[in-house]
Amino acid sequence: MKTKLKKPLSPAAKNSAICYGLVIVFYLVMQVLVYTDHISSSLNGQLIPICVYIVMAVSLNLTVGILGELSLGHAGFMSVGAFSGAVAAYCLQDVIAFSPLRLFLAMIVGGIFAAVAGVIVGVPVLRLKGDYLAIVTLAFGEIIRNLVTIMYLGKDENGLHFSMLEQNFELAEGGKMIINGPMGLSGNSRISTFTMGFILILITLFVVLNLINSRAGRAIMAVRDNRIAAESVGISTTGYKLMAFVISAALAGMAGTLYSMNSSTLVAAKFDFNTSILVLVFVVLGGLGNIWGSIIAAALLTVLPEMLRAVDDYRMLLYAILLIAMMLFNNSKFKQRLIEKRGLRQQAKLEKAQEGGR
Amino acid sequence: MANMLEVTSLGISFGGLRAVDELNLSIPKGALVGLIGPNGAGKTTVFNMLTGVYRPTDGGIRLDGENIIGKTPHEISKMGIARTFQNIRLFPGMTVLDNVKVGLHNQMPYTLAESVFHLGSYRKKERGMDARALEILSVFGLEEAAAYRASNLPYGRQRKLEIARALATNPKLLLLDEPAAGMNPQETGELMETIQLVRQRFGVTILLIEHDMKLVSGICEYLYVLNFGRLLAEGTPGEVLHNPDVVVAYLGE
Repeated sequence: MKTKLKKPLSPAAKNSAICYGLVIVFYLVMQVLVYTDHISSSLNGQLIPICVYIVMAVSLNLTVGILGELSLGHAGFMSVGAFSGAVAAYCLQDVIAFSPLRLFLAMIVGGIFAAVAGVIVGVPVLRLKGDYLAIVTLAFGEIIRNLVTIMYLGKDENGLHFSMLEQNFELAEGGKMIINGPMGLSGNSRISTFTMGFILILITLFVVLNLINSRAGRAIMAVRDNRIAAESVGISTTGYKLMAFVISAALAGMAGTLYSMNSSTLVAAKFDFNTSILVLVFVVLGGLGNIWGSIIAAALLTVLPEMLRAVDDYRMLLYAILLIAMMLFNNSKFKQRLIEKRGLRQQAKLEKAQEGGR
Repeated sequence: MANMLEVTSLGISFGGLRAVDELNLSIPKGALVGLIGPNGAGKTTVFNMLTGVYRPTDGGIRLDGENIIGKTPHEISKMGIARTFQNIRLFPGMTVLDNVKVGLHNQMPYTLAESVFHLGSYRKKERGMDARALEILSVFGLEEAAAYRASNLPYGRQRKLEIARALATNPKLLLLDEPAAGMNPQETGELMETIQLVRQRFGVTILLIEHDMKLVSGICEYLYVLNFGRLLAEGTPGEVLHNPDVVVAYLGE
């Protein structure tokens, strides 16, 4: 029994193609601009943050759009990745001279630490639903930030020294404080590059898109659409919720490493509630569950404040107005009607096919 | 002893309310049995206990000889009970095909690593799932709708899709909760044919809740009547529907 399963790109494959295409075109265009020196220095400085925020937005979309749970603590995982990755990069400094490889390994360490944090946060949090879950993720995000703020970690010839609350170790001569409590990281070697950011985006897309188009991804979306029905067809909802949450945290951790290795100093206060909300804004404006939407929203909204510097006094005003306009559009009758029309068209097609079949 | 489902003195209380009490059911393999009763009699509560959504306060449930009390809904699904819901519960954001493929979740499993890297048996299993899902959909005349969003299907076909998804789990026992609710007589007639066909094609034992007496007496071999959580009568449709107690329960004195 061979039924025609339409080969011309399934919607899922089309989505993936758009995502990869967007990112590759963006990278090539920017590279050309950089090499031909047609790029403003402020935009040039934004290239790595754009990559970071694209990864953050895509990974948060996995939790919010695909799993359907509102998380307000995504910056917390970014911070775990940022600091653990920076420590790893410092420790590997003498071992691996080739900096892209060192950055890559640091990212993996950052991702693993963030994944562990994801498990620790996820196990209790994912028992909750809706608003309660959102509030608790917010709290966990703040807890992580505060924990990092009281961490002291230094390295000398005797190895790593670590303490909480106050620095109760002395470093031998030639040693260096890597994380210095509220002062955060200092003296990072800036090894992040735009190309590494591009590679990280590709890795993120590869993981997220492949996951969505698989058995596990379908299970995650089934849990989102109807938890009780998902259980009734044999899906362990807690397991798949945790899986999506942890993968999302790990990717945010890798983005955090990329972020921290882009500046020589970094304080934990950077990864506060505002950053979580900022990333959530990218996801919501790009469309829940829409990966390429997240990419565009993250890129545009990261650059926008810089572009608006020309009208400095009204910069934040315009930014806010644009955000509100986009929100209004997403909720407008106009867009609703577009979506309804698409649904009706499909239904009409279906009924036609049905009549033809009789 | 060829009973697919054996329910013995099953009961559940919600606080002070005794929703189901001293219920005994035995359903032979391959049978098509109806569970009827007035609104609020506890029929859906029985389904929820059979599928692990509620944990019974007392009594026992055996599926094909195995105890299922205390198991979670997804474990019970793996053991072979599938169900549909009174208020349709599809995965509206997913395509018709994916809805059925979710039902195949435990039929053709592959690992998370294979999911993320699309390696190993990923392609083979996905192709197998597509073929199997389309085969099931074709039983319900839904194969040409495979690529549409489930929420865009008309109501009657959503009901059919829900049955298709349940069958994808390869159940021994299929529970249908008011499959004809909201259907017109023509659609109900079609549904009766579909249920008969499902029984032949999939060799599955079926227990259904229904209010439509025409459907119930048309296809069920045996009926259980529930009233106020207790078994009021049982027997063949002819016997049950002429039982004075049942008439009183439905129509009043």
